[in-house]
Amino acid sequence: MTIRINGRKVELPDDVQTIHNLLNYYDLEDRIVIVEINQQITLKEQYSSLTLSDGDIVELIHFVGGG
Amino acid sequence: MTRRYSRQELFAPIGKEGQVKLQNAKVLIIGAGALGSASAEMLARAGIGNITIVDRDYVEWSNLQRQQLYTEEDAKKKLPKAIAAKMRLQQINSEIIINSLIADINGLNIEELIKGKSVIVDATDNFETRMVINDAAVKQNIPFIFAACVGSYGLTFPVIPGESPCLHCLLHHLPAQGMTCDTAGVISPAIQIVAGYQVTSVLKLLTGHKLTASVQSFDVWKNENAEINVSRLKKANCQTCGTEPAYPYLTFEYQTKTAVLCGRDAVQIRPGASRTLSLTDLSLSLRGLVSDLIVNPYLLSCSFENHRIVLFQDGRALIHGTNEPSKARSIYNRIIS
Repeated sequence: MTIRINGRKVELPDDVQTIHNLLNYYDLEDRIVIVEINQQITLKEQYSSLTLSDGDIVELIHFVGGG
Repeated sequence: MTRRYSRQELFAPIGKEGQVKLQNAKVLIIGAGALGSASAEMLARAGIGNITIVDRDYVEWSNLQRQQLYTEEDAKKKLPKAIAAKMRLQQINSEIIINSLIADINGLNIEELIKGKSVIVDATDNFETRMVINDAAVKQNIPFIFAACVGSYGLTFPVIPGESPCLHCLLHHLPAQGMTCDTAGVISPAIQIVAGYQVTSVLKLLTGHKLTASVQSFDVWKNENAEINVSRLKKANCQTCGTEPAYPYLTFEYQTKTAVLCGRDAVQIRPGASRTLSLTDLSLSLRGLVSDLIVNPYLLSCSFENHRIVLFQDGRALIHGTNEPSKARSIYNRIIS
């Protein structure tokens, strides 16, 4: 499916279905992240159940500690 | 005097009235590394009347690529960053008050430091200190502008006590492992952009403009941006900004404890908040930065800039080759954010 992440069009492999899959795909599964789908912020408990759909607009922010 | 800030006063959202507010403001910058250098220079040029900058470290050659306040001379002399920063900032603007302090911020000394400040600028390099600042800022009702940076990526978020969620609402616990600028590198444009967002938030706030509770992030190399309004993540039962606050990071139990190991030229570091590190992941990120790297299921051992470091899974560490706790903590945070 094709979605838009942080303003860019991204073609995802077929096995990326849920938010959890998406975080794995970007190597962010162990990080603290904030995910918004179509302007709806999602809670951590929903990551495994919420599935992505073609054309979704995703904002994905992860925390880092440097400075 | 009037000409100095004329271009900023011509900018309508600030104006002459806003400039007076900036002159009356007291800004505290915690950290004088890359983010702190960039913010401090912009704020000093903008005419913030009173700036305090705090840092525990000294200038090294590897800082010069991005920490814009410092020169080769400062690195040669190993000047404390707080001192070198003050000297440079005073050259940039002699009409404002600049205070500097060489100190390691923790939950027991922060409250005195932030008293009476208009806003706090986060320029630290680790999550633990940020949680300490967050607790103290919320407790004393002082806005705190979070920012962080690694590689070509950065993010910022304004904590407005009583309005926005706080950092504790967003980070329920300290991350198990975070990349640092020492492990993953960092480029200076990323610093400039995140400091640019951060200082803009400070200018807005001080001149009476409202900030939205949004986390903003960017990756300047990949040309990506994101912004998420996190108002919904404010937790009624947050231990910091909820209805019954405990400000855990200001308590003695939560402080990172250091102990000088007598006769061994080593310091033990024991984090106050418990964490479980993935030693394998950590060893991967340390490759190239350290030498003599050994990992077994219980500990990670390596050499880093003439210091032998032994790190246990619960975050406890032994830093050999120093008997200065603040030096040991600084080395620790360069490896684990």
